[in-house]
Amino acid sequence: MSADLYDGAIVVSILAATLRTMTPLLFSAMGELVTQRAGIWNMSVEGAMLSGAFAAYIAIATTGSPVLALLAAIFAGMMVSLLNAILTASLKVDHFVAGLALNLLAAGLTLFWFRAFISGRGQPTFDGLAPPDWALADLPVLGPILFAQRPLTWLAFLCVPLVWFLLYRTRQGLELRCLGENPAVLDFKGVNVVARQYAASLFGGAMTGLGGGFLILAFSDRFLPDITAGRGWLVVVAIIAGGWRPLGVLAAVTVFAFLEALAIHAQVLGLGLPHQLFLAAPYIASLLLLTHLRHRDRQPALLGEVYRRGER
Amino acid sequence: MTGALMEARGLTRRFGSVTALDGVDFDLKPGEIHCLFGENGAGKSTLASILAGVIAPDDGALAVGGGPRRYGSPADAIADGVGMVHQHFALVEAFTVLENLMVGLPGRGWRPDRAGLAVRARALAEDLGIALDPAARVSTLSVGERQWIEILKSLMEAGRILILDEPTAVLTPEESRRLFAMLDGLKRRGLGIVLVSHKLVEVMQSDRVTVLRRGRKVATLATADTDPGTLTRMMIGASPPPEGTQAPRAAGAVVVETRALTSAESAGGVPARDVSLTIRAGEIVGVAGVAGNGQAALFDMLAGALAPASGEIVIDGARVSPVSPTEMMRRGVRCIPEDRFRQGLVGEMSISENLMLGRHRAAPFRRGPFVDYGAADRVAANVIDAFRIATTGPQARAASLSGGNAQKVLLAREMAPGGRVLLANQPTRGLDVGVVATVHAALRAKRDEGAAVLLASEELDDLLALCDRILVMFRGRVMAAMSARDADVERIGALMAGRQPEAAA
Ligand SMILES: Nc1ncnc2c1ncn2[C@@H]1O[C@H](COP(=O)(O)OP(=O)(O)O)[C@@H](O)[C@H]1O
Ligand SMILES: [Mg+2]
Repeated sequence: MSADLYDGAIVVSILAATLRTMTPLLFSAMGELVTQRAGIWNMSVEGAMLSGAFAAYIAIATTGSPVLALLAAIFAGMMVSLLNAILTASLKVDHFVAGLALNLLAAGLTLFWFRAFISGRGQPTFDGLAPPDWALADLPVLGPILFAQRPLTWLAFLCVPLVWFLLYRTRQGLELRCLGENPAVLDFKGVNVVARQYAASLFGGAMTGLGGGFLILAFSDRFLPDITAGRGWLVVVAIIAGGWRPLGVLAAVTVFAFLEALAIHAQVLGLGLPHQLFLAAPYIASLLLLTHLRHRDRQPALLGEVYRRGER
Repeated sequence: MTGALMEARGLTRRFGSVTALDGVDFDLKPGEIHCLFGENGAGKSTLASILAGVIAPDDGALAVGGGPRRYGSPADAIADGVGMVHQHFALVEAFTVLENLMVGLPGRGWRPDRAGLAVRARALAEDLGIALDPAARVSTLSVGERQWIEILKSLMEAGRILILDEPTAVLTPEESRRLFAMLDGLKRRGLGIVLVSHKLVEVMQSDRVTVLRRGRKVATLATADTDPGTLTRMMIGASPPPEGTQAPRAAGAVVVETRALTSAESAGGVPARDVSLTIRAGEIVGVAGVAGNGQAALFDMLAGALAPASGEIVIDGARVSPVSPTEMMRRGVRCIPEDRFRQGLVGEMSISENLMLGRHRAAPFRRGPFVDYGAADRVAANVIDAFRIATTGPQARAASLSGGNAQKVLLAREMAPGGRVLLANQPTRGLDVGVVATVHAALRAKRDEGAAVLLASEELDDLLALCDRILVMFRGRVMAAMSARDADVERIGALMAGRQPEAAA
């Protein structure tokens, strides 16, 4: 590509894409952060996000309403996390086993239903969420980066301080963190540990479902069986890399999204590296982060431990 | 009975096929300390938990302040003014003291009243004579300080009845004296206190004592009318095995020597710093100190599980290098680790498999390239017999064993012939007198065989009964070494708390 493209326009475009790409990751990461702080090591994020995207697709393809599509996405995400809560909090199944099983279930079911849905009529496309068309969007630089974003992107960013406030400034947040550190403390006070874990799971599932819904409505005009492409796993990595803190998770999500935005622009940038390398960049970054992290001690002490009253 | 704060009749609780509590009556008066005394597994914690609403009885009735109660959850008991300090810490280490006090407080709304709570906590702490820093993180507090926070927490929520489940298991002798002073103060204010203990010295400080054995109540007595011998006989239903006597013996050659042994600061826990010691054949050397003062690091290095950062280990005159578990095993080092379930046994494996671990490549467990499970079961059956282990048989999972029985399995494995050095870190922790006597007998037998034994214990009774020499560890350093004959409890207690007592001589 010609050199004159190396100007502000590309940088602006990359930054705008970064924020857009961050949106589904942030929704999901803030939700799953709450789930994990409650002690549930939810491995079914990918499955919940995929289910959210699929439910949004079915809803918008049949009704044409983005609002209904987002509600369907939230509902689907909550169903997956409800199953996860039943398995882990009630039936005391190992958290990893439960999560992996749900991912397989979600991948299989969405594919099956998708085939059933399109058979005979072909794949319908839809008009998803369009960015707002207002004067601020025409501002130079800041316009495309900040104001030409969909309102859900702003909401995703707003979730970071909201979750922070919930965790660190409210009674419910304190008790939520206590669930991940030592649930027996709450149990000894007569607080229903299992009910709280359900609540935290459902919140995580709703947020991840919403992320999946945004993913399909903002980035696509049709459903693809691998539309989430590992984003659910990136969310899990971002939470670990972010040290289970809202701001840390925000930072990790930013890194992943920036790398993905670069990949989108790889052709334009013409760096001469294979396109596939760029596509793999967020995942390579996540591997590097995980192997080099030194702050696993910030992990909630009993994250992923099945809690049974009175066991050592 | 009139004037009882709390009264229970015929409490029964079963766990599967085990009847943990069988028709037990209990009552508590205002202004008394009522002890629950019994062996491991006698049902003390079960009874205490029922009184605090943590578990529900299958049968029986409970009345508090004259009114009948059916607690559905601890919150109901707390509403009645009944608070409990649990056997295992119920604090969140990552939280501050104030956050810990806030967790689970009854109340509604989203924003907790931090300032108000801090004021109340300070006032109560002052009353109890506790120094309190609400902003301190619990992970930075000593074990004793954590126990004060637990008590404070219970009292803030519930101010009529305080139930403590083995609160001194983790305290130094001095801290336990302080605890009893605190309890005396509370008692004088009319609180009823239920104290679970299997230590006679503590029981003797109570007003009344209820002895439990295998889930049944043996008797409730006024403490003043009884004596330690009677209580022990009631507890185990027989006379205790006699303690061996300490005949002077000639110690043999030096088997283990460490020179300025130091572990890395980053290894986790308190490192061992500059530890030089010698252990001779046929000698038991004691390490006194509150757990978590570098004993674990010292023992791990001697067992080969942790590489020293500097200094050296010499066994039979030869320097050990590299320090590794196989190398130490080969030189005859055997080890009873501090946490019997995490470090000593594999919970999911059977008793016979656990007994083989580490020596499964040698006779009698080896048959060609295979493991001889028949031989393992025969060995296990013998061990179960000899150590009187309460279990269903050699195939029982280790995790199903109570603490005392698990310790017997470990002892049997590590005592087996071939060991020349025995390391035992807190081997009597949480065990009742019966098992403690078994542990003592085993260590003595090993010594008499000519092994070099290193024993770390928080219980000075263990050390005074068994050791030839005693070292005191504090924050990773050896503060002092003395012959057991001149050891004096006051001095060791002070050294354990990090104070050099003013030299009298
Ligand atoms: N949650 C539980 N599940 C199964 N068995 C239990 C449970 N709690 C206690 N038990 C059993 O009940 C008996 C009494 O235990 P416990 O009350 O803890 O004794 P103590 O406190 O006197 O050592 C023991 O045999 C123990 O194994
Ligand atoms: Mg107990």
